[in-house]
Amino acid sequence: MSVLRKIIRTGRVAESAPQAPPASADAEGADRSGPEPVAPLSGSVQLRHVDAGSCNGCELEIASAFGPVYDAERYGLRLVASPRHADALLVTGPVTRNMADPLRKTYEATPAPRRVVAVGDCALNCGVFAGGHGVEGAVADVIPVDVEVPGCPPTPDVLIAALRGLTGR
Amino acid sequence: MTASGLTAGALAATAGQLALVVGGAPLLVGLMRQVRARLEGRAGAGVGQPWRDLRKLLGKEAIRPDGSSWVFTMAPLLLLASTLVITAVAPFLSTVSPVEGVADLFAVVSLLMLGTVALALAGLDTGTAFGGMGASRAVTVAALAEPTILLAVFALSARVGSSNLADIVESTLTTPAQVLSPASLLAAVAFAVVIIAEAGRLPVDNPATHLELTMIHEAMVLEYAGRDLAMIELASAMRLTVLLGLGANLFMPWGIATTVAPLPLLGAAVVFAVKLGVLGAGLAVFEVFVAKWRLFRVPELLAGSFLFGLLAVSASFFLA
Repeated sequence: MSVLRKIIRTGRVAESAPQAPPASADAEGADRSGPEPVAPLSGSVQLRHVDAGSCNGCELEIASAFGPVYDAERYGLRLVASPRHADALLVTGPVTRNMADPLRKTYEATPAPRRVVAVGDCALNCGVFAGGHGVEGAVADVIPVDVEVPGCPPTPDVLIAALRGLTGR
Repeated sequence: MTASGLTAGALAATAGQLALVVGGAPLLVGLMRQVRARLEGRAGAGVGQPWRDLRKLLGKEAIRPDGSSWVFTMAPLLLLASTLVITAVAPFLSTVSPVEGVADLFAVVSLLMLGTVALALAGLDTGTAFGGMGASRAVTVAALAEPTILLAVFALSARVGSSNLADIVESTLTTPAQVLSPASLLAAVAFAVVIIAEAGRLPVDNPATHLELTMIHEAMVLEYAGRDLAMIELASAMRLTVLLGLGANLFMPWGIATTVAPLPLLGAAVVFAVKLGVLGAGLAVFEVFVAKWRLFRVPELLAGSFLFGLLAVSASFFLA
């Protein structure tokens, strides 16, 4: 019963939720060219994560955003296993030549209304990988991007603030 | 009470339990996720989150993959419809039902199997590797679990002399000592294992997994989107509720109404909701302490529960 003891001793580790981001896109995430929350998606957004060629720095931050401390699930966000179940794609990394086609196919497999969130500097402008021989371009060169989350890597706070703009919670 | 009054009351009871299960099933799933989240130290998305998910899914486009046939389109409808029929006939609120004859053990198990097979065929119909893999696993589990449900409930029905579920519940109500009989206890253990396997809970299947290679139920529904997915999610939640409800009412029937008067029905609804909440929360707590088992160990678990079912049937004949 060491698990039980651990549960009791640890208690709640989720930090208290920061203020919900204002509904309008200006204020706080200033350079976030976020869309208005899509009405049918309010309160629940399933995310499909696509690693288009990332160094895994952003993946670590995404993992911790969905971990117990930041607990992104409380805002109605959830990572899912299939683009068919997803409402938004979470794309990280510069798009490599081998991943450009899979990324396009994933986008087509996502049912409308759909959103694309480009996570990290690499996804926005290829970052340190710009001009690399295996790099096709930024995410916006391959599929339309709705929300941009800058940072190398973006901290879980920034990521969650951007994603809460989608769920409106 | 006149015959027509009785029928109207029975219809009201059926409508009540349909509304309760359809409305309550997503809340039960939300409660279980919330309990799990709290034990993991998280805040959780709230009990209403599955309903928010469903509302959103209903507003989305339902993509059907190229090359999939009517089997893929029909499966969610069949799964939901078969679950709705079970919900309508099973003795949840009252032992008096307008569709008395359908609340039969064999009919209910067949309807459960119908949904499982429809989903397995849909998994095969998509033609993806994961769909086929999930279908083969789901059928393996179902082939071992369904006979155990039959056997476990058969142990209860043997002493009543009827395979009608309402009759079994009524008989347990009149002689409460039966609950602690060896047959009933053994059958309860077998039934509990089957609920876990049929509803795809840990340690047989992990409903929250992202890893396709370990999926059973989730692997079959990977290609569904929008409305179709909403139907499957609702039906899955309802199947869990129905299985827990059957377990609760067959083995602890107290609180169920034996008439169709409004007050006992209302009381039965409250008791039923509390029973399900406690069972669901208990299952969620149990799930925190176990990890998913290797697939090849699952038949061992199910064979064990089948053995319990067999012993229960023997006990109901020899020790009665």
